[in-house]
Amino acid sequence: MIREVEVGELTRQIRDMCIQVNHYLSKDMACAMETAAEKEQSLLGKKILGQLEENLKIAGEEQIPICQDTGMAVVFLKIGQDVHLTGGDLGRAVEEGVRRGYMEGYLRRSVVGDPLIRENTKDNTPAVLHTQIVPGDQVTITVAPKGFGSENMSRIAMLKPAQGVEGVKQVILDTVREAGPNACPPLVVGVGIGGTFEKAALLAKQALTRPVGEKAKEAHIRSLEEEMLEKVNALGIGPGGLGGTVTALAVHINTYATHIAGLPVAVNLCCHVNRHIKRVI
Amino acid sequence: MEYRITAPLDKSVVGRLRAGDYVWISGTIYTARDAAHKRMQEALDAGQELPVDWKDNIIYYMGPSPAREGRVIGSAGPTTSSRMDPYAPRLLDMGLGGMIGKGKRSKEVTKAIVRSGAVYFAAVGGAGALLSRQIKKAEVVAYDDLGTEAIRRLEVEDFPVIVVIDPEGNDLYERVRTEKTGIS
Repeated sequence: MIREVEVGELTRQIRDMCIQVNHYLSKDMACAMETAAEKEQSLLGKKILGQLEENLKIAGEEQIPICQDTGMAVVFLKIGQDVHLTGGDLGRAVEEGVRRGYMEGYLRRSVVGDPLIRENTKDNTPAVLHTQIVPGDQVTITVAPKGFGSENMSRIAMLKPAQGVEGVKQVILDTVREAGPNACPPLVVGVGIGGTFEKAALLAKQALTRPVGEKAKEAHIRSLEEEMLEKVNALGIGPGGLGGTVTALAVHINTYATHIAGLPVAVNLCCHVNRHIKRVI
Repeated sequence: MEYRITAPLDKSVVGRLRAGDYVWISGTIYTARDAAHKRMQEALDAGQELPVDWKDNIIYYMGPSPAREGRVIGSAGPTTSSRMDPYAPRLLDMGLGGMIGKGKRSKEVTKAIVRSGAVYFAAVGGAGALLSRQIKKAEVVAYDDLGTEAIRRLEVEDFPVIVVIDPEGNDLYERVRTEKTGIS
């Protein structure tokens, strides 16, 4: 059976999601921040985490965005193959949702239309849209606005197979170390291993939208996540980069098949304002 | 050490600040980030005057989210300072007293800070809602067309920052990196 979904519904949902996600952290992130404050051993680090907790409270109560960098809107759409989208152009419907969300929600317009001419588009469009056709008759929307303090410190490396898992670990640690205070720790570290050049980057971005606390399915990746979280925290960068034991809240690793000659690794860093929201229609 | 200081800055007060000190700033500061710095650089290259006399003033690297009706400003936390590194030494040599941002600075900026007796503060990145409460007035004073990147004059009260690079060139982030000072 073909199910009809009006694209206007996507516009409305995306508008609301942009506003909500910039004022409230998802439950998994809010919990991770609380746990971080308990775990942190540096006094200054504890103080900063306390301020970030307070910041979250104020953001929700007074409807001020958690961070002024309300990001470039990254939108993932999983569209069931039994869905027929009606009522207009899908891409435009997504843009309109982002536009309305950012204009009506008092969110910052941080997008320039041409990367070299650099004129602000004044409505935070376009978004970065990733679509995927999946079985079923539902549409799953994930909105994940991305701030550029951490985006700028993200890296991709085309390792050779001989570099193996040790090479992967090195890339992750080097990326976090180099980012230091710039990416607004405590971080969520999204890692994509495998695929092709662009697939690794997408895997890393998707890893950031995984609920914090949810582990990888494969046992060897799960243990790599645990090991890397420990090693990242041992760097001592700490909250705000001012020293401490909590440099990252989580390391999420997504993997995919790759070529016999390659081992792509992408590390997408996200600050403690790791915004992601998912709805199914 | 902890200090309450006023802005514009008094050089004798700045001289006492050391990396790691916790400071509350009250008074007048200005915002400027990427596009405003580029435009100021172009103005200087063309032999034109800058819209603000930076002597003893503080630049806060920040572009706020829009204010809701009846509010002074939206979310207002620091942006990454290193993007302003190519521009900062020139402004420091013109008397800029201090900068507030987040993240590491280049060697050239540190040298210019020492040369001019200035200071680099960090505010907590990602605490824009909390920090906005310490901003009592905000007014665009130049480059209005740049939107969030316009130069704004802010009146702040007890705005919380940490000294990262002091006038002697000590760098708190560098200390954290080499000594892992936070873990005790």
